Amino acid sequence: MVVRVQAESFDFGAESNAFAARATGAGAVVTFCGLVRDNGGALAGMEIEHYPGMTDSALRAIEAEARARWSLHDTLIVHRFGPMAPGEVIMMVATAARHRADAFAAAEFLMDYLKSRAPFWKKELGAEGATWVAARDEDEDALRRW
Amino acid sequence: MTLTVLYFAWLRERIGHPRESVDTEATTVAELVAELIARDERYAFTFSDLRAVRVALDQQLAEFDAPLAGVREVAFFPPMTGG
Repeated sequence: MVVRVQAESFDFGAESNAFAARATGAGAVVTFCGLVRDNGGALAGMEIEHYPGMTDSALRAIEAEARARWSLHDTLIVHRFGPMAPGEVIMMVATAARHRADAFAAAEFLMDYLKSRAPFWKKELGAEGATWVAARDEDEDALRRW
Repeated sequence: MTLTVLYFAWLRERIGHPRESVDTEATTVAELVAELIARDERYAFTFSDLRAVRVALDQQLAEFDAPLAGVREVAFFPPMTGG
C-alpha cells in the first residue's frame, strides 16, 4: 500500500505499469485517474487546497477500510494539490487483487470515499474569476451504497 | 483553554487568515462557533449557514455537538471535493 500527496505532476502510465509489475500473485489490476476538465475551454486552471495534517491519515484510513472489505494484494493512491492546468492528472488510484471483482469494487470504493472524506478542496479558475467547486449531493449519496 | 483553529477554502478566504490561536471556555464545537460569531461580521458571515461547514477535531471529522475536552486543533472547512 502506498499513499502519496504531492504538488508535482506524475506519469499515470508509468505509475500504473510499475504498480502492475510489483503486484506479484495478483490476477487483476484496476486503475483510475482523475483529470482537470476544461469545461469546453472555459476553465483556465484549477487550484487544489488540502489540510496537510489530516490528508495523509484520512487517505490511509480509507485505504485500510478497503483492505478490510476486499481481498487486495496492493493499493496505490496518489493525489496532487496546488495549481494545475486543464487536462493535467489530478489523482489516481490503483488496486490489485486475485480476481477483477475485488479490484473493481475496491477502486470504486476508494474513489467514492476520496471524493467526500479526504480533505481536498478544488477551486476552478475561469475567465470570470475563481470559484470553489461545490460538493455534489450525489457524491455524498454514493457513500451509502457501501 | 487555548486552541489552534484552522480555516480552509472559502472559510479561510472569508475569515482572512488560515489559522489562529483562540482562548476559549467553550466546551463544544457549537459553543466555540457561537463565540467566534460574536466576535465580528466576518465570523458571523462565515458561519451563517452551518450546513455548509464541516469540522475536524485533531484531524478527525466530528460533529458540532462534539466536546472540546483534550482537543488541541479545530479545523473548519466546506464539504470536501477530492478525487
